[in-house]
Amino acid sequence: MRIDTRTTDGITVLDVHGRITIGEGSVEMRNKLRELLQAGKKDILLNLGDVSYVDSSGIGELVSCYTTVTNQGGRLKLLHLTKKVQELLAITKLLTVFESYEDEKKAIASFSK
Amino acid sequence: MGAELLTRFRYDDYDLTPLGDVTQRTGSASKGEIEISFDSELRYLDVVQCVSDSITRMLSFDDDTRYWVGMSVRESVTNAILHGNKMDEGKRVWVRFALDPERLVIYVRDQGAGFDESKLPNPLDPKNLLRPSGRGIFYIRTFMDDVRYTVLPEGGMEVRMEKRLNHKVKSDQEGEGNAN
Repeated sequence: MRIDTRTTDGITVLDVHGRITIGEGSVEMRNKLRELLQAGKKDILLNLGDVSYVDSSGIGELVSCYTTVTNQGGRLKLLHLTKKVQELLAITKLLTVFESYEDEKKAIASFSK
Repeated sequence: MGAELLTRFRYDDYDLTPLGDVTQRTGSASKGEIEISFDSELRYLDVVQCVSDSITRMLSFDDDTRYWVGMSVRESVTNAILHGNKMDEGKRVWVRFALDPERLVIYVRDQGAGFDESKLPNPLDPKNLLRPSGRGIFYIRTFMDDVRYTVLPEGGMEVRMEKRLNHKVKSDQEGEGNAN
């Protein structure tokens, strides 16, 4: 797993590449979020468009990211969910928890509301 | 020539070291079944998933079904390694694929103490929604047609997962129809 970081209109966008599975990627994601939150960057958009595979641990990791950010008074939203990830989130009622977007501009704009 | 090559392949290219303590080998695959076993290490998850994908492709499951069966196998093996064998690399995991004309049945077995499935928290309960774990078995139950957990009398836990063969790709079914 690889995470690229960029900023658009003051929102931190994390482009996640590869797999989010058991034993793969969880440390990178946690470290990256900790780093951002410590730097006061609390509005985060997680771009999952280039994520090739997610298992139940990966879904759990997304939930952990969400709670970590919201507990610090931040907002974490999802962008470009693959059909499979969308299905995994829907089945476990997590689409009601996560705010997710298909369009990056709309996602960025949603943070200013 | 062909037989000669086959003989060389079988006897010269393989390292035929002794099998060790065969009493620890409890594989039970029979005709029509494929079984693999491995130590409790997460790096074998990809190997098992490849085997699952090959078998479901051979059975002409459609792409979505192959994906979800593969994920169910992966989740079951993860549970066996992590929660069953508690990452003890000295303990084994067995995965057996049983093919019959109507269904694919997959057995995943570990050497752990087992668990009571009825006591697992419901991941859809609002108070559990934000838990970081506890969704694997729920996903398996969603994607497979029948799932049963058994604590084996000789020790270890076995999950039996069944997928009926009515998930074939349409073109294959049509092809079969035309042939008749």
